[in-house]
Amino acid sequence: MSETSLLVGPFNRVEGDLEIRLEIDNGRVSAAYTNSPMFRGFERMLVGKGALDALTITPRICGICSISQSMAAAHALADLAGALPTPEGARVAALLHAVENISDHLTHFNLFFMPDFARAEYAGRGWHDRAVARFTAMEGSALRAATEARLKLLHIVGLLGGKWPHTLAIQPGGVTRAVSARDKVRMAVSLRAFRTYLEQVLFGAPVEVFAGLTSVSDLEEWRSGDAGLFLEIAADLDLASAGRGTGRYMSFGAYDGPDGPAFARGLWQDGGVHSLDTNAIVEDLSHAWMLGEAAHPARGQTLPDEDMRDSAYSWCKAPRLSGQSVETGALARQVLDGHPLALDLIAERGVRARVAGRLLELARSQIWIESLLDRIDPSQRFMDHVDLPESGEGQGLVEAARGALGHWVRIEKGRIASYQIIAPTTWNFSPRDQAGAPGPVEAALVGAAVQDGEETPLSVQHIVRSFDPCMVCTVH
Amino acid sequence: MSLLCAEDPNLMDLLGASGLEFLWHPSLSEASGAEVRRLLSAIEDGSRTLDILCIEGSIVRGPRGTGKYHMLAGTGRSMLDWVGALAPKAQHVVAVGTCATYGGVTTAGENPSDAVGVQYDGSHKGGALSADFTARGGLPVINVAGCPTHPDWVTETLMLLAAGTMTQDDLDGFARPRFYADHLVHHGCSKNEFYEYKASATELSEIGCMMEHLGCIGTQAVGDCNIRAWNGSGSCTRAGYPCINCTAPEFEEPGHGFTETPKFAGIPVGLPSDMPKAWFMALASLSKAATPRRIGVNATSDRITVPPSLKKPKP
Repeated sequence: MSETSLLVGPFNRVEGDLEIRLEIDNGRVSAAYTNSPMFRGFERMLVGKGALDALTITPRICGICSISQSMAAAHALADLAGALPTPEGARVAALLHAVENISDHLTHFNLFFMPDFARAEYAGRGWHDRAVARFTAMEGSALRAATEARLKLLHIVGLLGGKWPHTLAIQPGGVTRAVSARDKVRMAVSLRAFRTYLEQVLFGAPVEVFAGLTSVSDLEEWRSGDAGLFLEIAADLDLASAGRGTGRYMSFGAYDGPDGPAFARGLWQDGGVHSLDTNAIVEDLSHAWMLGEAAHPARGQTLPDEDMRDSAYSWCKAPRLSGQSVETGALARQVLDGHPLALDLIAERGVRARVAGRLLELARSQIWIESLLDRIDPSQRFMDHVDLPESGEGQGLVEAARGALGHWVRIEKGRIASYQIIAPTTWNFSPRDQAGAPGPVEAALVGAAVQDGEETPLSVQHIVRSFDPCMVCTVH
Repeated sequence: MSLLCAEDPNLMDLLGASGLEFLWHPSLSEASGAEVRRLLSAIEDGSRTLDILCIEGSIVRGPRGTGKYHMLAGTGRSMLDWVGALAPKAQHVVAVGTCATYGGVTTAGENPSDAVGVQYDGSHKGGALSADFTARGGLPVINVAGCPTHPDWVTETLMLLAAGTMTQDDLDGFARPRFYADHLVHHGCSKNEFYEYKASATELSEIGCMMEHLGCIGTQAVGDCNIRAWNGSGSCTRAGYPCINCTAPEFEEPGHGFTETPKFAGIPVGLPSDMPKAWFMALASLSKAATPRRIGVNATSDRITVPPSLKKPKP
């Protein structure tokens, strides 16, 4: 096969709209260009509105990361006011947030990522019959089990947040509904049921055992549960070396609160942890259909280029940290939290590493969320009144399932004067920057194998889905 | 994605039991890329039958009427163009969510992408499709409004269509299925006793009625939110925050903060649906004056602090 190009889309089993243009040379991707083909302009809708309206509007950016958006908005407004939520309010908000992130990981593994291995193209592989039974899209037994487990886990959000998605329960001063001792025992039962699912179905072993893995060689021996099926497939298809990332990872720190973050904040590059300076974030607009100058989000704008100039190819801006792209997500969080398995996975940093990072985080999150529920004291106040100032700035930095999510707000005369959002997939699926450097997924796709006659290459699908993109959050 | 929270049975089992099969769903189907483009072409040229077209998300017309703010990936065509091409091929067209029905939150503020609903522009008929559009089955676009939609509103609409029993009479004046739109969010609200006495919460986290001060319009908003639970046992009001009327056109621009009640001379401007103003005023002032201490104290507490009195045992 000589040089050719492919346009891949509609790219499904990702959240939202994605189009990827591939240049192919001798059966390998030589360049990739990711296009987020939808612009809605949430940042502009917010301008002129009361600050608290952000709590209603920003969650509606996305039907899958909704609580993450709530959390970022509530944090930004609390920061603006120089306030903190009450400790119990912060714990309940973190509980709601963690339930959503856990649910999203489960959805990704079972409904978005694994169904590709049930495809007819893999018939004849030793694991294919099992993949078909467990993971055929819309039908597999694993999809049903995961959907049941997930919807029951989300009863916690129903109880405390009213509904999922789009709760208004999370406020700068805490949460709107106090938790009783009765609520706690109900939620403990929901968490116990979810643990049973994880241990009987996903891992086939206690979550503590999976969370206790310390090396890739241990991981490679894991054969129980659906996680074991994934690892068997990953070994057979060499998913370890597919879609290698740059090895630069960023996390804002997950579930910050009175007990400290569950997963630490930081930047991983050049083989070590560094403190994260978010002042070094700049959104580059050179290849985005956006007008204006590259800027830190506290000073950024959202001015769509109605002419959709030829030198750009996406509505997604290109955020860079000190001029460099960074990868964000569950693997990044686990790396920055210093988990030994995650640190060992950096050596391969491909499709298997990302998916294993998510599985590892699922196991660790279960343990953490149980202890969080334990710490909630029903006798305390769950929300305090917070007065917002007439003018000022605030930032809300949280970890969504897919990685680092930031809201930057400026208030003048009591109204929103500027609201800028950088979502995790904005980082991971950013287009090229001024220097021509590709975004993380664009870089990871280079070298992916393309078989003769493939119109929507499977290797490309595995790599793209390993990032778990949420395209509706990306451009917002 | 609220649809995935459908319960008893789960979504996959429910669809299977109802004889419903996805030709394609962007988040759930196996087919991707070229396979999907072929399917869409087959529907467009009539070689593949489309029973129900479900559309999520508002339809974007910008910039300058081109629809290019939202291109359907891989096709070189806008979603605006695709909706116009596919809708006439479908037996039924269902708009899912308040963005798809009326434009919704996407049209808030300056409506940067010039978005509309599939057949409505806010509360006015005529959106991406014309006001007089009907699908092959004879119905206009069915508006399963809600932000989010309750999963049952979607699945029950699809089941009724599959059973062939949904008619024009089953839709309300904004084309919402009446099985949920004939109810008000107020019906079954767990704060009903506070409402009866206008015993009001003064700020979020207090358990009193949220109509007077906190923007709750559950007495005007359609939806069976407090009759059938969300995610097990939830609803907005049960979680301590107001109903913001998310099933209605233009809910995204209330003209005031979402969690504050607009007032004139200290009196809330909005009235419960079908309630004469004079009667409401008279009843409200009377019931307020009659508020028992228990209800008044609890209304401004974050949990029940005064329990109901118990009947004294007979001597």
